[in-house]
Formats: sequence, C-alpha cells, structure tokens
Amino acid sequence: MVSEKDVEHIGELADIGIDAAELATFTGQFNAIVEYFDVLDKVHGDDAGARDRYNILREDEAEPSLPREVALQNAGAQEDGFIKAPRVM
Amino acid sequence: MSALRFEPDDKYNAFLTVCKAPEGGNGKLSGIPVAVKDNISTQGIETTCASKILKGYIPPYDAHAVELVKAAGAAIAGKTNMDEFGMGTSTENSAFGPTLNPRDTGRVPGGSSGGSAAAVASGMVRMALGTDTGGSIRCPASFCGIVGLKPTYGRVSRYGLIAYANSLETIGPMAANVLDVSLLMSVIAGHDRHDATSQDRPYSHTPSADIKGTRIGIPQEYFGAGVDPAVAAVVKKAIGRLEELGAVTVPCSIPSMEYALAAYYVICTSEASSNLARFDGVRYGPAVEIKKSWHAAFQDARREGFGPEVRRRIMLGTFALSSGYYGKYYAKAQIARENIRKDFARLFADVDVLCGPTMPTIAFKLGEKSDPLSMYLSDILTVPVNLAGIPAISVPCGTVQDMPVGLQIMGRPFEDERVIDVAYAYEQGGQP
Amino acid sequence: MTGPEPETQVVVGLEVHCQLDTKSKLFCSCSTDYRNDGPNTHVCPICLGLPGTMPMVNKKVIEYAMKVAKALNCEIAEESEFARKNYFYPDLNKAYQITQYDKPLALGGYVEIEGDDGKERKIQLTRIHVEEDPGRLVYMGNAERGRYSLVDYNRAGIPLIEIVSEPEMRSPKEARKFLNKLRATLEYLGVFDSDKEGSLRVDANISIKGSERVEVKNITSYKGVEKALTFEVTRQKNLLRRGLKVDRETRHYLEARGITQSARSKEMENDYRYFPEPDLRPLRVKSWVKDIALPELPDARRERFVAQYGCSLNHARTLTGELKTANFFEAVVAKNKDSCTLAATWIADTLTGELNYRDMGIDGVDPVKFAGLIALLKAGTITDKSGVEVLRAMLDEQHKGETVETPQAIVKRLNLGKTAGDDGAIHAAIKEAISENPKAIEDYRAGKKGAMNFLVGQVMKKTRGRADPGELNKLMETALKSLE
Ligand SMILES: [Zn+2]
Repeated sequence: MVSEKDVEHIGELADIGIDAAELATFTGQFNAIVEYFDVLDKVHGDDAGARDRYNILREDEAEPSLPREVALQNAGAQEDGFIKAPRVM
Repeated sequence: MSALRFEPDDKYNAFLTVCKAPEGGNGKLSGIPVAVKDNISTQGIETTCASKILKGYIPPYDAHAVELVKAAGAAIAGKTNMDEFGMGTSTENSAFGPTLNPRDTGRVPGGSSGGSAAAVASGMVRMALGTDTGGSIRCPASFCGIVGLKPTYGRVSRYGLIAYANSLETIGPMAANVLDVSLLMSVIAGHDRHDATSQDRPYSHTPSADIKGTRIGIPQEYFGAGVDPAVAAVVKKAIGRLEELGAVTVPCSIPSMEYALAAYYVICTSEASSNLARFDGVRYGPAVEIKKSWHAAFQDARREGFGPEVRRRIMLGTFALSSGYYGKYYAKAQIARENIRKDFARLFADVDVLCGPTMPTIAFKLGEKSDPLSMYLSDILTVPVNLAGIPAISVPCGTVQDMPVGLQIMGRPFEDERVIDVAYAYEQGGQP
Repeated sequence: MTGPEPETQVVVGLEVHCQLDTKSKLFCSCSTDYRNDGPNTHVCPICLGLPGTMPMVNKKVIEYAMKVAKALNCEIAEESEFARKNYFYPDLNKAYQITQYDKPLALGGYVEIEGDDGKERKIQLTRIHVEEDPGRLVYMGNAERGRYSLVDYNRAGIPLIEIVSEPEMRSPKEARKFLNKLRATLEYLGVFDSDKEGSLRVDANISIKGSERVEVKNITSYKGVEKALTFEVTRQKNLLRRGLKVDRETRHYLEARGITQSARSKEMENDYRYFPEPDLRPLRVKSWVKDIALPELPDARRERFVAQYGCSLNHARTLTGELKTANFFEAVVAKNKDSCTLAATWIADTLTGELNYRDMGIDGVDPVKFAGLIALLKAGTITDKSGVEVLRAMLDEQHKGETVETPQAIVKRLNLGKTAGDDGAIHAAIKEAISENPKAIEDYRAGKKGAMNFLVGQVMKKTRGRADPGELNKLMETALKSLE
C-alpha cells in the first residue's frame, strides 16, 4: 500500500507540485498501478545478457560551441550573458 | 531549393505547427512533404512534445533523422500532435487538444503518434516520422489504417528525439503503403556519431513480395484474454492469407508476456522521471519564477507545465527508483526484460517472424478510457517488441465495425527488411 | 609508539574532485578552455541539456582517468558504467549528473605519504570514478530586493575524476600531505592543470574516534583543506569536552571566514535514485592498462634527486612536491653541474620562501638567470646575504612586470660585489665602526666576547653585506689588536 504521505514524499522528490486536492486521486491511481506491478515479484533470472556493446567513445576534439545568443534564445530571463534562475540559499 | 505550398485543411487537429512554405531539395524524397512528430527536434521550428512546458521552445538544432530527411530533399510540412511527451495510447493527452481519427472523428487515432498517423491517413502528407516507445507508431497506424514501422533499436538515431524512455524508443517511418515506409526508412536508418546506441546498419532494401517458405510464429498470447475476438478473427484471416502466399505458420508461446506490461511501465516511467526532470523553466520553456527558492519555483513550473498523465508517470518512475524500491521494481523489470529478450531469441531460432494483432481492439471512442490502468492494458501487444528492441510493422489487414485493424509482424533484430517484405506481401496479395 | 590520547584520535577521509585537462568536454565537443571567456560561451545543445541531446564519451577522459588509476595502483574494473544521479539544482543542466555509481572505473589503490610519525604510510583508496562537472552559480540580490541566481554552463560537462580515500588519515596535516602528493602525481601525469581555478575540489569526512562523522563540503582550494579540518577538529573536541555530542551532519566550508557551517538543509538527505545511464554503453577497458605508459612519478624523482644530485631527503621532497619546481631545479643544475646541493638549498629554502612571500609561482622565474645567481654564489663573487638581495631584486622586477636583469647586472648596479681584503671601503668601515662605538671598544678590552660580534655587525651594515664574514672577522681582529 502506498499512503498519501508516500505520494507526497514522491511528489517532493520529483518537484512535481501536488495540491492537497489531488492527493487522494493520485494515491488511489497509484495503488491500482503499483498493485499491477507486483506481478514482477514472480520474476526470476539475471539481467546479464543485455550488454552486447562496449566502449562507444569519441575522440577528444573540440568543435565550435553555439553563439551565445543562440544558446540563450530559449532561456526566460538573462543578465549579462548569464541565465537567471531561482535563488538557492 | 524550392519552397512548396502546404496549406492543409486540418480538420483532425493532426498538426501543432504547419510550415506553409517548406523548403524542399533534391534527393530520394525530392519535393515530398514529410510531417514530423512534435517530440523530434526541428531547428527553427517550435517543438513542444504537445506539452505546455515546452511552449515556445525553438530548438537550435535538427534531430539527426530530420537532417537526413531534409538532405534527401523532403520538405518539413509541420509538427504533428501527440500524447504529451509520448505518454499515451490515444493522442488525447495533448496539451493542445486531441487529434481525431480521420476514419471516424468520434474515435481516437491511437497514440502517441496520432497526429502523424492522422496526417497520413487523411492524405495531408504522403509520409511522416513517428516515434515508438511502447507501440506509439504501430498503434496509431493500426487505428488509422496506415503502415507504420518500429525499426530495430539502434538502427535509427535517436539524437534530437526528446527522450521519454531512452532504452525503449526509436524514431520510425509512417506512410499509407509499405513502399513509402521502406523509402523513408532507407533515408533515416544508419549510424550517427552523436548517438552511442546507434549502430552502423543502414537500410537499402527493395521490398519483395515473395514470402514462400517464410516461417511465421503465431504466439498464443496475441490471441488470448483481453483481445477482442472480432479483431483476432480478422488477423487470423490475414495470417491465413499469408499461408496461401507460401508462408508456413507455427503455433508458439511467449511465457514472459505475463510480465511484459509491468516491466514496460516500470522501465518507461523510471527513465521518464529522470528525462523529464530537466524541464524546470530555466533554460527553455515558459520561464520559471526566479524570486522564489528553487524547489518551490520548480514545483510551480512543473505543476503548471505538465498534464496529469505526465505527472502520474513521473511520480511512478520516481517511486520505482527510490531507495528501498529499486530492487523490487526497476531491478526486477530489467530481469523480466531479459527474459522477454530470451523468449524472442528462442522463438526466432525456429521462425523468421511472429505475427499477431497490433492492438487488442479497434480505435476506442474519445474519452472512453478514463482510467489510467485500463489505457495501459491496451499496450500489451506492442510493448514486448520495445522491451526486446526488435523490429515490428503494423499493416492494415481488414476492418471491424468499419474501423481498421492492424496486422503486426515482428522480426529478428536488424531484420527490418524481412518484416517489410512480409507486410509488402500481404499488402500486395492480401485481398484476393 | 606513543600515540595521541584515545579521545583525540582523528580520522579523516577525502573525496577529491579533479578536472582533467582534455581539449573537449566529457560528453560534447565544446572546448574546455572557458576561463577567460564570458558566461555561456562554451556551450552547445548537449551541455546545455537541451531536450533530445545525448552524451558521447570522450575517449581521452577514460585514458586520463586510467592513467591516474594506474599511477595510484588501482585495479581497473572488468566492466564499468555511467549512471544518473538525480537531483534538482539550477546549475545542473539535465537535473541529473552523469557519474558512476555501483560500477566505477577503478577500485582500490593507495597514496603514500609521510605520516605525522615521520614514517611512510599508505593511505588506501576506495575507488576512482569519472563524472561531469555541473555549471556554475552566482548568487545575486539581497534579502530586501529579492535573491536569485545566475547560471553559467561553461563549466557544465567538464570532465572530472573523483578519487575517494578510505578514512585513514589521522590529522589535518596528513590530509594536506595526501592532497599535495595526489596533486603532484596528477601534475606529473600531465592530466591536470593545478593553476586553473577550481580544478581541484575536496569534500572531507572527519570524526573523532567514537563519535559521529561530519562531512565538510565545498572546499574549493586544496590549501583550504588543512584549515577547514583543523577548524573541525577544534570544534568537535570542544563539543566533546563540554560533554556534548557531535551530530552526524553535512557542513559547508566558508573559505573567506575559515569556518564550517551546518548545511541544515533537507536537500542534503536527497534520494538520488541512481540508475544506469540508458544513452551510454558500458566500458570494458581493463586490457588497455598494459599499454598505458607512466612518466617518472614524484617518489621516483625524489629518490633520483637524492641519488643523482646528492640532495638531502627533505630538499628532494620539497623540490619534487610540485612538477614545476622539480623541472626548474633540473634546468638550473643543468647549468651548474657542480653546484647541485647549493642549487637545491637555494631553490627549496630561499626561492620557495621568497615566492610564497610574494604569492608568486615558480613559472615566470628564468632558470638561466637563476643559474647565473648560483654561479656567482659558488664562485664566491657575492655573499649569501647579497645573494638574497639579488634574488629579491629579480623577483620584484618580475612581479612588477619589468624586464628582469641578469644577476651580474644587479650586483653591479647595487654594488653588491663581495669586498676583498684590500678593498678600501672595508677598512674605512672598520675604522668608522671603531671610532663610533667607544663603549664596544671598552667592552672588548674588558674581555667581553660579544663586543667583537657587535662591531662586525656594524661593518656588515655599512658594507651592506658585501663583506665576506670570515674575512671580516680576521680584519676586525687585526684592527682591534692594533689598538692595544
Ligand atoms: Zn557542449
């Protein structure tokens, strides 16, 4: 069982912004889906086979970067070539 | 270079962006308008994934597949509607309204590449690029009565495809007939130095309708519980036609199908929870409120920007990866995935392709599937292919209640040519 | 061995993040040479984290990381892979950092240091892994006008290795020695440029035996490590002395104030939800190890300096502690083949001290000119004291950006040439000293030993150190005797 508190915590981890009003609906749907996932408890084996390709690498060569106005064309707010972002302290 | 006129009457809400005078060039696709699903990056053309969170986002680069399509002379006709970030089976989960099925506007076109399918099915464009994470090319192809190929994982570069579930998805061609699908595939397949999962397996194939001696496996799970008997009957008849054309059918079973859907949803939501974390309104999309502290600001931006299904899947994936649950969900899903791969490999040691319905039903009515889980269950026949990374095609094979039914043909890894041939054989000789 | 008292046994472990000096970033082809350019000028769709972009691993980063691993005696993993570390922060372009989690590139290994007890000690390493640097944040605004941050993604995607030690260092001083040794090794390997700001960053964990462990983050200079840890030891000891307990927590080091401060933030208890990066494929590079050639490393060079040049162990240790110093020494002795120990002393003691005083590096010092100074000293043309003056003049000129004169020119200009016995100036100075200090003469006559030294000092002052001390003593003795 996933509780409303669990869903709230997951919402925090995912920075998804859950309103109190949505919590019950989300929790109900969550439980139905997670219950369906429980079929995986019956799965046995090992997952070693999937790794068939290794060492996909590129050479260390520098190529031109984007012009700054192009790099910043989608950013909301800018200041002196920086992108403005919310405060962190 | 020459500009085309492209001013379609889009009654189905298939397009999110229409390029009215797209540039064409010379090459294999010279002068052909090609529609591009809106989760594939197009330089200078708004690319939203049908999400409010990317409203106004103009990529400064082209996806590799788009580069190739342009280089082949095609004109980018516009960007097509989809379920937000590819999360859905009906194209109802678009922030910009659902796409309607051209065969019956009361029904969904399927998803998530519903806009691309509707654009082709209605004749607005000759071909389109779609993407397939758990059936998103094949489902709408089936529902709208067109042909859609989900290529082998790694055969078409994903660079520029806005990731929903990296390990499962691929870009693929959609068109009204197999030859056009094959033609578009020949343009987009090949190695890309920007995609570490892409492989040097170009596609240059002329479809052949000769399938004499081709061994076709018929997995019992594709005709079992949950599959509409009327749909099953149409598909069985189509397989009978393939036998008449010289193929040999072999009954078989995929025991790991039992876990496929759960494994698929654990993996796709887990990857999505990480892929979609970058949408915080800092670098692109509607700007985040900068006067708040970052968690509060990001939460506001993401609550506003994402639709309910996207938020649900991000939360499911966050849960599946969170400490204490990783082993129960994500790790188990990887084991289930490997078991599915092994099941397919075992079957393909004996048969050349597997056949079954693409979807368990015909296109559902708009608004019919309101419960998330019931919508998820309709992906049961398409997701095993994505888990195994193998190629599969959906080709129209009849109707139920006047709505199209798709025949799904699945093949060995990098045998996209063979599933194309079987589809071509059916298309050429299907209606005796 | 008499160890410290049990309750003051300190245990330190370090996580060292080091930028690798490649031409391009870890996952894209943007140039890493961003420090002199404006913000967001070394970015592309990949390192901006634009939707749809994918990482592609720079082979050189793996080669460099393996070089470090080999030099530090680590075991390269049969298979390693990249993973995503998921967390939100405005400087994180994709809201996850591509790093390595349960399958790092290299395991084990050690760094040898001289322990506080004077014995060589092996500090064991846990692992070395490869990861990308996030962007850089600048904090703006104030409480009244509202705070916000500014983001520069030039640094985003710069290749890092994280070297994790076991908690085996026993003091802040040992931690500094570990870092010095590590830094020297990285420099010798040619994979790292310590001159670049922020190229080495350290997180430390520190505890007093029997108490909880404290993480100290955000130590941005390797010099800050000893300070930060010393502060922590004192803070933790004080808590224990007052009968309080040390909380298990994360603290930030505030470099400007030299203190640590509790992070007191729930962000620190993040659940990072690591999972393998689906856009990359695993690494299987163990077989490359045998083809990696290592240059001479600090320990070997130190031993060679002792054997080849007759340096003392201490001098050899100082000289080889930084690659540039070691190279400088060898360039100087190439010109002064018979003055190796003199050059060693002058570089390890005098030059290092004068450079530190001026906060200068050894880079700009011309080894040829410095060799000229050693030659003057060796030939006895100038005294040690004058030698220091010549050196200071050279460094001051360099510091001011002026053309640095040759030592010979400086000696001439300042008239620092050693006074010889027949030099009129020294006799005049002796006469002056005697006539100006009747009290000292009295003392001398009374048999006070100190008086003679005092008078010699006066002459030294008058001749500004040019007089050879031995010679001057003789001359003074003669002069005093002639008074009787
Ligand atoms: Zn870049």
